[in-house]
Amino acid sequence: MRHTISVLVTNEFGVLSRISGLFSGRGFNIESLSVAETLDPHVSRMTIVTSGDDKVLEQITKQLNKLINVIKVYDFTGEEHIERELALIKVNLTADSRAEILSIVDIFRAKVVDVSPRTYTIEITGDEEKIRAITDLFRPFGIKEIVRTGRIAMARSPKQK
Amino acid sequence: MTKKNGANILLECLIKEGVDTVFGFPGGAVLPIYDALYDSPLKHILVRHEQGAVHMADGYARALGKPGVVIVTSGPGATNTVTGIATAYMDSIPMVVITGQVPTALIGNDAFQEADIVGITRPCTKHNYLVKDLKDLPRIIKESFYIATTGRPGPVLVDIPKDVLTGTMNELKYPDKITIESYQPNYKGHPGQIKKALDLILSAKRPVVYAGGGVVLSNAAHELTAFAEKLGIPTTTTLMGLGAFPGTHELFMGMLGMHGTFCANMAVTNTDCLIAIGARFDDRVTGKIDEFAPYAKIIHIDIDPTSISKNVSVDVPIVGDVKDVLKEMVKALPQAKALKEHKKGLSEWLGQINEWKQTHALSYKQEPNGKIKPQFVIEKLYELTKGNAIITTEVGQNQMWAAQFFKYDKPRTFLTSGGLGTMGFGFPAAIGAQIAFPDSTVAVIAGDGSLQMNIQELATAVQYKLPVKVVILNNMVLGMVRQWQELFFDKRYSHTCISVAPDFVKLADAYGAVGLRAKKPSEVEGVLKEGLSVKDRPVLMDFRIDQFEGVYPMVPAGQPLNKMLLV
Repeated sequence: MRHTISVLVTNEFGVLSRISGLFSGRGFNIESLSVAETLDPHVSRMTIVTSGDDKVLEQITKQLNKLINVIKVYDFTGEEHIERELALIKVNLTADSRAEILSIVDIFRAKVVDVSPRTYTIEITGDEEKIRAITDLFRPFGIKEIVRTGRIAMARSPKQK
Repeated sequence: MTKKNGANILLECLIKEGVDTVFGFPGGAVLPIYDALYDSPLKHILVRHEQGAVHMADGYARALGKPGVVIVTSGPGATNTVTGIATAYMDSIPMVVITGQVPTALIGNDAFQEADIVGITRPCTKHNYLVKDLKDLPRIIKESFYIATTGRPGPVLVDIPKDVLTGTMNELKYPDKITIESYQPNYKGHPGQIKKALDLILSAKRPVVYAGGGVVLSNAAHELTAFAEKLGIPTTTTLMGLGAFPGTHELFMGMLGMHGTFCANMAVTNTDCLIAIGARFDDRVTGKIDEFAPYAKIIHIDIDPTSISKNVSVDVPIVGDVKDVLKEMVKALPQAKALKEHKKGLSEWLGQINEWKQTHALSYKQEPNGKIKPQFVIEKLYELTKGNAIITTEVGQNQMWAAQFFKYDKPRTFLTSGGLGTMGFGFPAAIGAQIAFPDSTVAVIAGDGSLQMNIQELATAVQYKLPVKVVILNNMVLGMVRQWQELFFDKRYSHTCISVAPDFVKLADAYGAVGLRAKKPSEVEGVLKEGLSVKDRPVLMDFRIDQFEGVYPMVPAGQPLNKMLLV
């Protein structure tokens, strides 16, 4: 089963390789990983998408917690949360396809961020499903390149009564 | 005010941490440290290979319970420490390794003697540091010792570029105490879990204590003995746990696992309540994991949460310091009268244990005119020292015989590379232990193969007049591998014959040590007596043992514990 884990770490050099080394050394999977500073510049947040059964996830969480630089580990599984990813997609362009591509962009509330005579570069944010859906729709036109950020996640705030 | 350089600051920090002995080898990048050592009160032991330094610091730490400290240079000096660090990491030994590094400006340039030792040792240290600025050095040294010695102990490496060592600072402000937000080991066991565990133990009909190296590390041997005695529970230990429970105690069943006793392995297979204390269910202990302790509810006390439910799922986990938890458990035990009643209920189980002990005791046969049996040498050593010795081992058959045939009544008297299984560990570790305890008898039970992996340290032992006793069980083969070839590879003895070896007696002489040899059983006692009487230099005792002696019982890899080859 796939899990999205949020890891707060001290913002020091070498921490990323401690985390990635832990995953490779113990045979855990990393499907995606994204890192950036938090509000506190001494702390970074890593969002890691990984997979495994409960036993593996228990080990992943414990092993992460054991690293000296790890402040907190949070597994979003089973929690109300928002997941987002950003993708840049460069799609081939012909006179015939222009309108259809733009209408897909519109439907998905994506954005064209760069135009050349032969390509559109489209920016889209959303969950994995949405990015997969738009990619599938663009495929017939020819995707020259795609770059994705990897997933980030945040817990939903408790709803007010 | 005179300014101090980084090297002086470093040594001052070490002294403030209570360090009095360091093990090391000089080189370009650490010249400033060695210059500072020249007038320092620190005792520096000059080794002959950096791996030796780490094993010595390791043996020192295991024997004394204080962290071992190593100083080596950059590049090859640093990479030579890796096996030693990995050894200490696997066995949770507190240690601080200081490595020199090329000057900050040259890092990443493939400079002379540059190696990314922080990168290399990341997976085999508890934590490591590259000091980029002299002002961070005191804090980093403080943190290193704190991390190395607290929680589940382990080695910490500190890499210091040469310009940091030569940089200057006005005064040293060494922090007294330190807290690390992201590192807060938990020592107190959860009271609810402790109660649950006790209920389970008191209702068990066939309980067994399985104690590991964590009991030694936590200095909890006394608490363990009290716990087992009060409840009348038969006890087995892992290889790392030997000495954590008195080897001569009537409740002791010997070691369990691949070369464990019949009694311990049968007891663990049949128990209904297994109390794992400071142990981690290593594959050499469990055998086939699905059939390990099949009837048991398992209680697991360990300071490291990752050890719990890693290999075996546990019914009652207790995260905490073994000593602390055992104290709490003993405190919470019922009144003496109720305990007496409880113990009565265990008499049938203890009867069964004693029967297993008697019918399948560890044994060997020494023919008076036959070849020397290794077990005979070890039993004689035990007899002559009355068990009053620190024993280290190499790795392989020698290690298993030393575990089986010497009895360890006290913790920190049996030092062995259990987790990593590092050949070449025992001899330098014995040197480290002898430095920690100059007046004790320290002996390494070695094989002829392992010993040669760090034999160069003979010069170190001679230089510092250390009377380490090297008991070579010389069978001219790599015995344990040969044993596996005999049992599982059709006796195809591929590359396990090492009969081309030095004459150990002449070798001892060449180094300025004492060399002795026994070829017949009748010579064993005399050689040991003579060797034990030497007080001012190391002794190599070359016992020519039976080449085909094996280590038994043996649970073949992947088999359940009760499927032992007995022979």
